Amino acid sequence: MLTASKTAPEPAASDDATVRTPSGIALPLVATAAHHAADGEELPGQYPFTRGVFADGYRGRLWTMRQYSGFATAEESNQRYKFLLARGQSGLSVALDLPTQCGYDPIDPMARPEIGKVGVSLSNLAEMETLFAGIDLSRISTSFTINGTAAIIYAMYVACADKQGVPRDKLTGTIQNDILKEYVARGTWIFPVRPSMRLIADSILYSNATTPRFNPISIAGAHVRDAGATAVEEMAYTLANGLAYVDELIGRGGDVEKFAKRLSFFFYVHMDFFEEVCKFRAGRRLWARLLRERYGVSDAKALHFRFGVVCGGSSLTAAQPYNNVTRVAVETMAAVMGGAQSIFTAAFDEALQLPTEFSAELALRTQQIVAYESGIANTVDPLGGSHLVEFLTDRMEREMERVMAEIDAYGGVVKAIEEGWLQARIAERALERKLDIDAKRTIVVGVNAFRRDDDGADAGTVPRLDPAATQDIVKKFESVRQRRDTALVERTLARLSEAAAADRENLLPYLVDCCHAYATVGEMVTRLRSRWGDFQEPVQL
Amino acid sequence: MMTANAATGSPPALKGKRILVAKPGLDGHDIGAKVIALALRDAGAEVIYTGLRKSPDYIARVAVEEDVDAVGLSVLSGSHRELVAQTVSCLRQLDAGDIPIFLGGTIPQQDQLELLALGVRRIFTAEMALADVIAAVAEVLA
Repeated sequence: MLTASKTAPEPAASDDATVRTPSGIALPLVATAAHHAADGEELPGQYPFTRGVFADGYRGRLWTMRQYSGFATAEESNQRYKFLLARGQSGLSVALDLPTQCGYDPIDPMARPEIGKVGVSLSNLAEMETLFAGIDLSRISTSFTINGTAAIIYAMYVACADKQGVPRDKLTGTIQNDILKEYVARGTWIFPVRPSMRLIADSILYSNATTPRFNPISIAGAHVRDAGATAVEEMAYTLANGLAYVDELIGRGGDVEKFAKRLSFFFYVHMDFFEEVCKFRAGRRLWARLLRERYGVSDAKALHFRFGVVCGGSSLTAAQPYNNVTRVAVETMAAVMGGAQSIFTAAFDEALQLPTEFSAELALRTQQIVAYESGIANTVDPLGGSHLVEFLTDRMEREMERVMAEIDAYGGVVKAIEEGWLQARIAERALERKLDIDAKRTIVVGVNAFRRDDDGADAGTVPRLDPAATQDIVKKFESVRQRRDTALVERTLARLSEAAAADRENLLPYLVDCCHAYATVGEMVTRLRSRWGDFQEPVQL
Repeated sequence: MMTANAATGSPPALKGKRILVAKPGLDGHDIGAKVIALALRDAGAEVIYTGLRKSPDYIARVAVEEDVDAVGLSVLSGSHRELVAQTVSCLRQLDAGDIPIFLGGTIPQQDQLELLALGVRRIFTAEMALADVIAAVAEVLA
């Protein structure tokens, strides 16, 4: 016999004025033309690009399916990449271990417990050559989630292409290279804010000239969002960071009409469907407006707001993990309706462990089903003109501008980060969200509603990193150091140090030389750190 | 500032307690640690937060110097077994093996017995209600 569960939440009353989106926007029971300003005239591919940056949407080009992956040794990750490519994935996304992300070589005591844990260890060019063995870098685009050491990993990728004989201008892919949000939410910073901004500007300008098809930055709201920010705050903080990079690049002699074409963005998609769709429509419009109104940008391509997304993260639950397959499917649909250029769908076991081959394949299949069966990619901006969608797009854009104005009033993002103001705001927001779930003001199925006594029992065994893999990585590291030309390493590192001391010098050619000489990530970071020092984390609650 | 006891709605369960919230290793996910720190503070505790990327040795020294009643470790990078073992050993070397250790983060079920055997008093994961976390800490420190 079926009975209504005692834990089923009550639906909202039809006259309830407190029904709001997670960002706090009050929702009408029925939206009408009176709720928004859209006149139905704007088309995709036209300024201000509310409806998409490309006139032909996904008919012109489907989004890139890019699953974040990487584990343990370069050999094992190379095998996983070949497995994913063989199953129809269209781009690679490299997960790096924390020592590589924070600039420690595998022999450093801080590195030891973390080697190969959350991604692959890439301490020098020899490891990257192994990672991409048998994968033609002129034919596959590669995304690196790397920030503190982004310029170094990018330089290594250029050197790796040189070794494969691939012309540099054929390279496609992305480095995340967004340090500002690392200070706020993700934590893999190394140097203070200002020299870090220089390193980012250097890598963008070098990439524009050398690898023109490569995205040298992916300005990311995803991590701030997953830490607790609302959808509105996620977009507002990201656009504010984007403008800070634009200012830095102009300050280092960049031409905004040119470099803006290679700026890209990255966000989380969580569960509130319409808010997610409208977040992207509003953000796309607001970015184009900001660039045109503040910097006078006229080239349409430089106004294009291109973005990738990740579906999952903190919207997924450890309880009843198979429910997450459904969540990721809903989020993928929101990403597509919002016009994402690339999508990473998280595996359903993400809240528990690194994905197994089974869960990784199911995650990829989820977006393939949306792409090839649901039909929602056939018409550009299929929700455009919906009264609710146009209403929420307008309102979210206004709210984003309000949040950006608050940051400006504080003195800009760099100051807000250096003084810990933004970090404290996110922490307060995260506490609010947690208390909302605890008090069931926000419902999470399987967590605070529809629970089962045996929750979590079906998660399966978590695979552990084989301790032999750690030893292999350390051994290989030692052997590379013994085989290389020590004098050449020393020379290239010394030149890097000198260039770092000269403020107007672009550091990237020096980093590429260091990589070619098989200098290690830790060695390069040590040289730069001795010039710039470490970021002093403002610890305030 | 938040009002006291927003998390628990009861009298300050941890009044007078000094608690160190620490991030060992290289893991940069600090929001869980910060939320717990705020909740402990709202429950009346005096909270010291280390910030990111601290060695077990550093954490043990701060725990002793600050004379804390408990240490809360937060690890989401999968390195919890190594980092907890090192922190326990560093505390023992400083004759502070009796300071209760709590652990939070992405901690698989299969590791929990081993961690409890190492000396961890309670293990918390993201989906536990904050009030339950506070109550568990208060019970151990009572």
